[in-house]
Amino acid sequence: MSQKELLKVNNLKQHFPIKGGFLGRTVNHVKAVDDVTFDIYEGETLSVVGESGCGKSTTGRAILRLDEPTDGSIEFDGVDLLALNKREMRKKRKDLQVIFQDPYASLNPRQTVAQILMEAMAIQKAVPKAKRRERAIELLETVGLNADQIDRYPHEFSGGQRQRIGIARALSVDPKLIICDEAVSALDVSVQAQVLNLLKKLQKEFNLTFLFIAHDLGVVRHISDRIIVMYLGKIVEIADKKSLFENPQHPYTKALLSSIPTPDPEVKKERIILKGDVPSPINPPQGCRFHTRCPFATDICRQEAPALRNLDNMKEGHRAACHHIEKIAAEQ
Amino acid sequence: MNTEQMKQTNIKATKKDRPWKRSLKDFYKKLVKNKSALIGGYLIIILIIIAIVGPFLTTLDPAKPDYAIKLEEPSADHWFGTDHHGRDIFTRVIHGLWITMFIGFTATILGSIAGVIIGIVSGYYGGKIDAVIMRFMDILLAFPGILLALALISILEPSRSNVIYAIAIFAIPTFARIVRGSTLATKNLEYIDAMKALGASDLRIISKHIFPNILSPIIVQASLFIANAVITASGLSFLGMGEQPPSPELGALLSDGRDFMWDAGHIALFPGLVIMLIVLAFNVFGDGLRDALDPKMNKK
Repeated sequence: MSQKELLKVNNLKQHFPIKGGFLGRTVNHVKAVDDVTFDIYEGETLSVVGESGCGKSTTGRAILRLDEPTDGSIEFDGVDLLALNKREMRKKRKDLQVIFQDPYASLNPRQTVAQILMEAMAIQKAVPKAKRRERAIELLETVGLNADQIDRYPHEFSGGQRQRIGIARALSVDPKLIICDEAVSALDVSVQAQVLNLLKKLQKEFNLTFLFIAHDLGVVRHISDRIIVMYLGKIVEIADKKSLFENPQHPYTKALLSSIPTPDPEVKKERIILKGDVPSPINPPQGCRFHTRCPFATDICRQEAPALRNLDNMKEGHRAACHHIEKIAAEQ
Repeated sequence: MNTEQMKQTNIKATKKDRPWKRSLKDFYKKLVKNKSALIGGYLIIILIIIAIVGPFLTTLDPAKPDYAIKLEEPSADHWFGTDHHGRDIFTRVIHGLWITMFIGFTATILGSIAGVIIGIVSGYYGGKIDAVIMRFMDILLAFPGILLALALISILEPSRSNVIYAIAIFAIPTFARIVRGSTLATKNLEYIDAMKALGASDLRIISKHIFPNILSPIIVQASLFIANAVITASGLSFLGMGEQPPSPELGALLSDGRDFMWDAGHIALFPGLVIMLIVLAFNVFGDGLRDALDPKMNKK
C-alpha cells in the first residue's frame, strides 16, 4: 500500500448549538465530535465504528462540509478544505463523494436514473454534454445494473439496486475519496455482501479511497484496511484491521468485539456487557469519557483525558486512548 | 416505504408507462372514487367554459338600461328576470362570472407565486431570515382576509387590479406557511445532501429538487384558495370597495338586489346562487384533491 496521506483531519471539532430560552439564545452545545485527528492514506479503506451518537456520521459530514465544522483543519490532497470559499469548495467536491445510508431517501423520486447521473456530471462538468448519456450507461453497467434500466425512476428498483445507483452517482464525477455513510446498513445481509464486494471491486478499478462509516463489525472486518473506534465524539482506538480484531487494547473496543456473534455454538465466549447508557454528548463526563461504564476505571480516569498511545505490545500505527493499557494487558 | 406496495406498483409498471403518466392515472382513479370531488371538478370545468365562452353568446348588453321592463320576474325572454334598471340578469350573471373567476384565479396565481418563493427561501435558508419572514407572515395572518383587503383598498382605490393585489397579498401567508413546512421536511432528505456534496448551487437544489417534490400541497392549497378569493372579491364589490357600477361582478349584483329583496327576490337570488356554486365546487374539488394526493389516504 502506498503511504501517501490523501486526507488529514486535525483536531476536528463539531459542536452543535442548542437554542433555547428567550430569543433563542445558545444555551449549550452538543459536542458531537470533539477533537478528532486521523489520516487516510491513498487507496485504503478506513472504517469508523462506534455505537449510534458517537459522532462517526458527523465526522463524515464535517469532512464534506455538509455541516461546517466548529474547529480544526481538514487537509485533502494538500489543500485545506476549510479555507476554501463556497465556489472553490464546489469545484473541490468533485474529488470527495458520498454514499448515503438510506437508499430510499438518497435519490430524488422525480428523476430518472439517467437524469440523476447526467445531472451529477453536469454540475461538475465532468463529462462533455454529448457524451453524458453514454457515460451514464457505462456507469450503470459498472455498478452491475442493465443499460436498459436507465430511463426508470428510483421507485422501480429494489433497495440494493438503488444503492448501486447511489454508487454510480458518486462515481460519475471521478472522485478520489468516497465517504460511505452506513452505506450498507439498510440492506439485507445477502445484498450487503454484494454491495460490499462491488465497492471492493470499484476501489481496485478506480483507485478509490474509502472512509467507511459503519456500526456492523462484520461488515467492517470484510472491507477495511484500518479501523477507528469512536466513543462519544472521541477516537478511543485506531489500528489496522488485524491488530484491532486480534489484539484490542481499549476496554471499549474489547466490549465491542465481544458482541460479535460466533457461528460455532461449541465455543464459549467471554461476553463483556457494558452497564448503563452512553452519557449525553451535551455534558460529556470529565476525564476519560468512557469511565462511567468502564470496569477498570480509577481516579485518574475521572480526572484526566487519556491521549492516544502506542505501547510495546502493539504494532506500529496501533494506538489506544486508555490510562490502563499496561494494567489490563498484565491482568490477562 | 411499504415494500409490498412497491412490488405491486413494480409489477404494474410496464416499460413505456412512465411514472408521471401512471401517477396521473392513479391520481385520476382516486379522484373518480371520490364522487363529490369529481362533481366539483366537472362543475369547475363547466363554470370556466361558461365564463370564457358565455359573454360572446349573450345577445343583450349587460350594462344598457331599459326602464320599460324593469323588475320583471323570470320569464322565457329574461331567464333570471330583470333588475331595477331593466337589465337582463342572466346576461349580467354570465358576464359577472367571468369577472369574478378572473379575479379569483389571477389573485390566487399571483399570491401563490409570491407565497411559494417566500416559503421556500424561508424554509431552505432558515435562521434569522426565516424568523423575520415568518413573524411578518404571522402578522398578515392575524388579520381576517377581507379586513386586510378592505384596509389595502381604502389606502389605494377601488379598482379591479387593486382587488386582485389585495387578495393576492392575503394569499401570501397561507401559501408561505405550507411551502415552508414542506421545504423543511424535504431539505433534510439525503438526496438534497447528495446534491450539495456534488456541488449543486442553491438555485438548482431549490428549483430541481425541492420544488417538484412539494408541488402537491401547493396545488391543493391553490384550489381551496380560489374559493376563498372568489368570496372575498364578491364581498368587496358587495361593500362597494371592488368593482364599480355598472360592472356586473357577482358581488355587485348581489348588492344591487339587496334593496329589492322583498319585492323582487330574483335579483339577488341568482348571483348569490352562482357565487355559492363556484365556492362549493372549488371547496369540494380541493378536498378531494387533497385526499387523492395524500399518500396516507392511499389505502382503501
